[in-house]
Amino acid sequence: MSGLVIDAARCVGCRRCEKACATAGIVVEGRLAHATEGCVLCGACVDACPVGAIHIERGSAADEGDLAAWSGIWVFAEQDAGQVLPVAFELLGKARELAAARGCTVTAVLGQGCGGPVDGALTLAACADRVILAQDERLAERDASVYAPWIAQLAEEMRPEIILYGATPFGRELAPGVAVRLRTGLTADCTVLEIDPETGLLQQTRPAFGGNLMATIECPAHRPQMATVRPGVFAAMARTRSQLRAEDMPRQLVRGLLARMEAAKVDPRLEPQVAVVEKRRADEGASIAEAPVLVVAGRGIGSKKNLALVRRLAELLGGEVGCTRPLVEMGWLEYRHQVGQTGVSVAPKLLVALGVSGAIQHLAGIGGAQTVVAVNEDADAPLMGAAAYAVQADCVAFARELIARLEARAG
Amino acid sequence: MHIVVCAKAVPSTTEVRMDPVTHTIVRDGRQAVINPFDTAALELALQVKDGVFEADGRCARGVAGGADAACGGLRPSSDEAACADATADTAPADRPAAPVTVSVLSMGIPATEALLRDAISRGADEGVLLSDRAFAGADTLATTYALTCGLAHMPTADLILCGKMAVDGDTAQIGPEIAGALGVPCVTDVRELVAVGARRVRAVRGADNGTEVVDVPLPAVLTVAKEAADLRMPSIAGVRRGACARVRVLGAEDVGADPARAGLAGSPTQVVRSFVPQRADEAVRVEGTVSEQAAQVADLIEGMAL
Ligand SMILES: Cc1cc2nc3c(=O)[nH]c(=O)nc-3n(C[C@H](O)[C@H](O)[C@H](O)COP(=O)(O)OP(=O)(O)OC[C@H]3O[C@@H](n4cnc5c(N)ncnc54)[C@H](O)[C@@H]3O)c2cc1C
Repeated sequence: MSGLVIDAARCVGCRRCEKACATAGIVVEGRLAHATEGCVLCGACVDACPVGAIHIERGSAADEGDLAAWSGIWVFAEQDAGQVLPVAFELLGKARELAAARGCTVTAVLGQGCGGPVDGALTLAACADRVILAQDERLAERDASVYAPWIAQLAEEMRPEIILYGATPFGRELAPGVAVRLRTGLTADCTVLEIDPETGLLQQTRPAFGGNLMATIECPAHRPQMATVRPGVFAAMARTRSQLRAEDMPRQLVRGLLARMEAAKVDPRLEPQVAVVEKRRADEGASIAEAPVLVVAGRGIGSKKNLALVRRLAELLGGEVGCTRPLVEMGWLEYRHQVGQTGVSVAPKLLVALGVSGAIQHLAGIGGAQTVVAVNEDADAPLMGAAAYAVQADCVAFARELIARLEARAG
Repeated sequence: MHIVVCAKAVPSTTEVRMDPVTHTIVRDGRQAVINPFDTAALELALQVKDGVFEADGRCARGVAGGADAACGGLRPSSDEAACADATADTAPADRPAAPVTVSVLSMGIPATEALLRDAISRGADEGVLLSDRAFAGADTLATTYALTCGLAHMPTADLILCGKMAVDGDTAQIGPEIAGALGVPCVTDVRELVAVGARRVRAVRGADNGTEVVDVPLPAVLTVAKEAADLRMPSIAGVRRGACARVRVLGAEDVGADPARAGLAGSPTQVVRSFVPQRADEAVRVEGTVSEQAAQVADLIEGMAL
């Protein structure tokens, strides 16, 4: 039986648990705490109890023997019109690290339409021990109605210990579909992945509670262990910055890479369900994800009209404009400018942040930035510590000065 | 047509204060509200009920990404074609089967009942609350399990709408997991509903770099972005209706939930550690007057040879 367990011998009836609880899930009566219908097992009372009288009991885990049957790390390699997305190579880099610690193999799983180029698969093969490749018209468009049961079936047959997915729009739809079919756990938007070399337990760390906390999550008794990671969080393997092309490679190398590929089939009963009628690219302006320079505006810029300064600065630096979430919520900028965990992960060479506090959800999106210059009135703002250069100043005045100087230097 | 909106009670603010000494979260005094993404889902459901999306040749909303009238000839021809398509494909033969009813389903503590009443006062027909200590401590898989148990005890849903994510959990997994559990298709991050028929739905969803207009057959699960709709205010009559409405409160046994698959016991994932991130403060402080600071940064940028 699992649930909140209170040790009556230890409980002193101090009511700290009652105060810590946000859901009226624990009350103290007659100097003894007990859980109510409101308890959601969040653990706040466990932390608040000064005498260690409260703990959360979990049911027993699955037998160990079963877990040992699962081995190897899989990376789901997402493609768009036959091109493997960069996040797949970022995940492969991390998978290699984990696999080295654990002493296991790395497999990339790729689905694509019939007769497409194999260049993407070859590039994956250069980064993995094995590529599971299915070429099937039903995989040409990314539809979780086909992909999720396909991957779930593969995983059931081949039993990987871990599967990693890019937290792209499609990855975030696919991974839960696989998780629920395999009845296993899934951790979204991990920023740190570590492995216990002995047990293979994956420690998945992600921002939690509005970003003020990091939580490390494990999936002890179910396999595969699954996690999604936002694009840009991990660095891609160096040799895969560009996709290899079969025609440029010595035939022997191609043969070697082809030998790492294993063909997979898709259940004939599966049919695509979601039909894309029209694709619309976001208009005007390049994507901030690939911008070499970003000027990011936060609430500290004070008013919407100061965005003109932000734009001018971005223009002078040959970059794009990014922003924090509150600015999107106020309607100052479109969502596609939002940098962070629920926005875009960026990786510019230079990032100038104007009036950005540096909440963890925001920081989660700028891990790939090479040089961060933070401008903030408050020297203790988290971003001022995380940046390479901290400028304690009024960001609007600073932006004006910097623009003036850059304009002067540009002649 | 029966639409089920899955809604979650979340703290009214996500700006959690940390106790600087104990590094634990201070949660006092936070009122629960319906997750803002779920309110957008509810509003879309109510709009379907109002007949806003009946594909009857009016192209009620068009396929426009923006607010402009898609059928007014203001858009490039590809949009018009898609718009004409929307009506040709789904209407007039295919309208949502009347009447459209909207149920709101939530898993939560008993106090969540008040939020379901609020949903009814805004136009929902029914509220179902899954509340049981056996559901407590659920991760996304166990939550999905409880919700699908609840769905099995409601009239068959033709369309299930979820918020794109919850502001407190932020996993965006429940919608796609429900779809997977039911074996029905899922469309995530729906920015706009275009047409709703008895057999399928056309919607605009967020994609890698822009948006996509997609068609999906029913039954299906859609997860809704906040920008898709703003929840209406309740009417006076609605408030009265909400006040006297009966919210069905179901426990684990009522919905035949296997205790081993619900709540903490049914959750494969567990939080083993939470911590306040420590940042190594290695920042170089740029000192001086604003003008001097700007000069230093200008030098720095020049030195980077971008
Ligand atoms: C689930 C969830 C997901 C989220 N996802 C994201 C996300 O993807 N991206 C994101 O950005 N946020 C996200 N947030 C919000 C995030 O928690 C913060 O609220 C947000 O990043 C803060 O934005 P800000 O820095 O602009 O504003 P604030 O935190 O208000 O910071 C403003 C800063 O400006 C400084 N300042 C004020 N005036 C001046 C001045 N004149 N000159 C210089 N400095 C000045 C202040 O000292 C302060 O540090 C998310 C939150 C949640 C709960």
